Amino acid sequence: MSTVTQPHAPSPATAPHDPRAPHDQAVPQRSMSLSTFLSTYVFSKDHKVIGLQFLFSTLVWFLIGGLLALAVRWQVAWPWSDVPVLGKLFAQQGGQMAPEFYTMLFTMHATVMIFLVIIPILAGAFGNFLIPLMIGADDMAFPTLNMLSYWFMWPAFFFFGVSFFVEGGAAAGGWTSYPPLSTSTVSAPGSGMGQTLWLLGLTMVGVSSMLGSVNYMTTIILMRAPGMTMFRLPMTIWAMFITAILQAFALPVLTAAGFMQLTDRLIGTGFFSPEGNIINNAMSGAGGGQPILWQHLFWFYSHPAVYIMILPAMGMVSDILTTFARKPLFGYRPMVYSIAGIAGLGFIVWGHHMFISGMNPALGITFMVATMMIALPSAVKTFNWLGTIWGGRIHYTTAMLFAISFVSMFIIGGLSGIFMAATPVDIFIHDTYFIVAHFHYVLFAGTAMGVWAGIYYWFPKMFGRTMNEFWGKVHFFLTFTFLNGTFFTMHILGAVGFPRRLADAYHYETFHHLQPLNAFMTWCAIGMVTSQIVFAINFFWSMFRGPIAGRNPWNANTLEWTAPSPPGHGNFDFQPVVYRGPYEYSVPGCEKDYLMQTDPPHPAEAAAAAAAHA
Amino acid sequence: MDQDKRDRDAGSGGNPPGDSWVNGLPQGRRWSGIAWSLLFLLVPVLGTATFVIAPYYNHWFPKDVSVHGRSIDDLFYFILVLTGVIFLATELILFWFMWKYDAAASSKPATYIHGSHALEVVWTIIPAATMLFLAIYQMNTWADIKMRRPRMSPSAEVVARQFEWRIRYPGRDETLGTPDDLFIVNDLHVPVDEDFLIQLKSMDVLHSFFLPNLRMKQDAVPGMKQPVWFKATETGTYDIVCAEVCGWGHYKMKGRVTIESRADFDRWLARIEAEQKATQRGPDEIPIAAAD
Repeated sequence: MSTVTQPHAPSPATAPHDPRAPHDQAVPQRSMSLSTFLSTYVFSKDHKVIGLQFLFSTLVWFLIGGLLALAVRWQVAWPWSDVPVLGKLFAQQGGQMAPEFYTMLFTMHATVMIFLVIIPILAGAFGNFLIPLMIGADDMAFPTLNMLSYWFMWPAFFFFGVSFFVEGGAAAGGWTSYPPLSTSTVSAPGSGMGQTLWLLGLTMVGVSSMLGSVNYMTTIILMRAPGMTMFRLPMTIWAMFITAILQAFALPVLTAAGFMQLTDRLIGTGFFSPEGNIINNAMSGAGGGQPILWQHLFWFYSHPAVYIMILPAMGMVSDILTTFARKPLFGYRPMVYSIAGIAGLGFIVWGHHMFISGMNPALGITFMVATMMIALPSAVKTFNWLGTIWGGRIHYTTAMLFAISFVSMFIIGGLSGIFMAATPVDIFIHDTYFIVAHFHYVLFAGTAMGVWAGIYYWFPKMFGRTMNEFWGKVHFFLTFTFLNGTFFTMHILGAVGFPRRLADAYHYETFHHLQPLNAFMTWCAIGMVTSQIVFAINFFWSMFRGPIAGRNPWNANTLEWTAPSPPGHGNFDFQPVVYRGPYEYSVPGCEKDYLMQTDPPHPAEAAAAAAAHA
Repeated sequence: MDQDKRDRDAGSGGNPPGDSWVNGLPQGRRWSGIAWSLLFLLVPVLGTATFVIAPYYNHWFPKDVSVHGRSIDDLFYFILVLTGVIFLATELILFWFMWKYDAAASSKPATYIHGSHALEVVWTIIPAATMLFLAIYQMNTWADIKMRRPRMSPSAEVVARQFEWRIRYPGRDETLGTPDDLFIVNDLHVPVDEDFLIQLKSMDVLHSFFLPNLRMKQDAVPGMKQPVWFKATETGTYDIVCAEVCGWGHYKMKGRVTIESRADFDRWLARIEAEQKATQRGPDEIPIAAAD
């Protein structure tokens, strides 16, 4: 415990760890007391353990969210037909799912994926694991806060999890939880206890994110290793830093809005209830409120949250692309500035979710212009990724394939966004499958693929072993193929105007011929979820049986690869000193094709720099 | 921790030495680089094919029967071509780079370059100008559809409610909210070639009044009166869809809009009026939708 009680000095340079001492925490001892076990693996303050706790928890929820998605797809493809396997749960409906069950499914699919998977896996798992390692710190600035940020997820897991089993079922008002459907307790089966639990869960996720965000900002600002200037930070850390700023500024609004909705529901404050509202033949709410107010507050957080859900993946992908293209990142500073640009503009585009909400159409125009402009930094990033691959020596590892697919898929997701940014087009495609296609390309084909890239890439650092490359590529091929089969076709559904969230749309003349296409998409979705078995087996098998990885299995440059794999408590067994940026690959005249950030100055560098300036 | 020490001493990142390890990283086989680049080539090929083929199987826009729908569709096509070109260009470049710069394809070292100021300027300014053009180009269409309301009193009122569309026509006095109003559910009739102005309301929760064939969508918000207007160009009967989740019955909140000639429309109104008079109740028993 000596290293835990040791004060976390603001400058780790002054407090180097004894290289022999730090490992007593991470290595399981043969005889371990219960309290040591609890403090090492359960209530640990070590950022790596917390990161892995986030990783395992979010992967479990990823599975749950994926199964919820399959149930949604089942109903969309074959409405009112008996549900296989799970059909016994719906015995009272003769094995089919009820429409209120379907609305609950898509609500909880989105809720689980956004609040329990994507946000915590990026910031919680990767942010926690990577930030201290990549900046050369021994841990986070506030280890206790860090531990709490994980344990505040558990009340959220509990509230969301238990809400499936309360009367009326889990929340069923859509993940956006628009009032009055969500504020009135009689408006839908899921708007009873389920919705209250949903709001409590959301608040807990918010508390967790806020604790993490404060910690990340402080750590990155104060605890960088000597020589690690801000513009020597890897893109992953830049992305995590800017994400943390986004979280810190946007979250309070959502938390406040969540409490307003909670008090609307519990004590009738009526922030969001209009005058004289009659729901289910009963007067509802105190009146004097405005449903659109919720939408403004909700999207003021949830639009920046879209960037919270992709920026860290962009950062990780930038690092992975450079490693396996053996080439410096193309346009490091423009990449940093464009992340900052996305984050800044991200605060003034929330209204594009509300073009047809009844918001003043003139206000819609200003949001439209801002939204068009946010395509710009995204384009700059894409071009720079292409520039990074250009002229490289590409090694097709699994991590690289996932990273390249992130770029390829983000192009689709980015371009489809332009359609809905155009306000007149949005009139037609709003709330259709075009939108569903768009955000799945950004969040699944983008972020989730980036997350897999990150898992394959940093797995050796996390567990000291390498994942199996062959099965990794099988996993990649199946996921990539099936995801495009599932999501690309959604654009076509959207062009027909096929609306989201309908339990059965085939009784409409406009949509009755779309069932075969939907069935195809559902088969692809089933394939996509099934292929994750390959990943799961590879993940757990490699954790215990994979080939032992060295400190730097990919010959990468950043600081985490100088630490042991897995790093012991305190991370580094020497004091890292940084001499250069993170992307010095293939320096001409250098005997190896990479120069780690800690490698002492190399004569070839000076020559290359002189040649560049000549 | 002996393993770590060995790694450090080896100084090569701990990788096993061997012929296949060039520059410390596993040297892939050329065919695998080719295979992976071809997989990524399928993205632009199949992606474009999907959009080209879909209309031939009737998987495309529903028939447009409105005046403003044309400008929405044209704008969609304009953006489709614009983004399609960028999509093809970037995805093909990605494929080409993957094919050409495969480490197994040549022994040339990677180019040591950190970026290009000129390129950054070019690929910042061109998209910026394009997006700004697009933003300005569409404003007029938006203003026509959602801001320049025709100067007329509402032709009808639509009140959304879980899970039906309650429709009210102003009757002979052409004023909503008077005793001669005509009431009907889920069956909107509209005269062709005339401006039609709907006053959209909701009784309970959010709904969205979606007319796919008229390219019109507007959320119905309780406590607000939304104006919705359009001019139909062809007769026929089409769907009214609810596009904002409104509860368990959201999927079945279906209405129909019938576009017909002025004469047919007047005949239909007269028939509704006669039916309603035959079952008329006192003014104090006006159905709930009539209460403002």
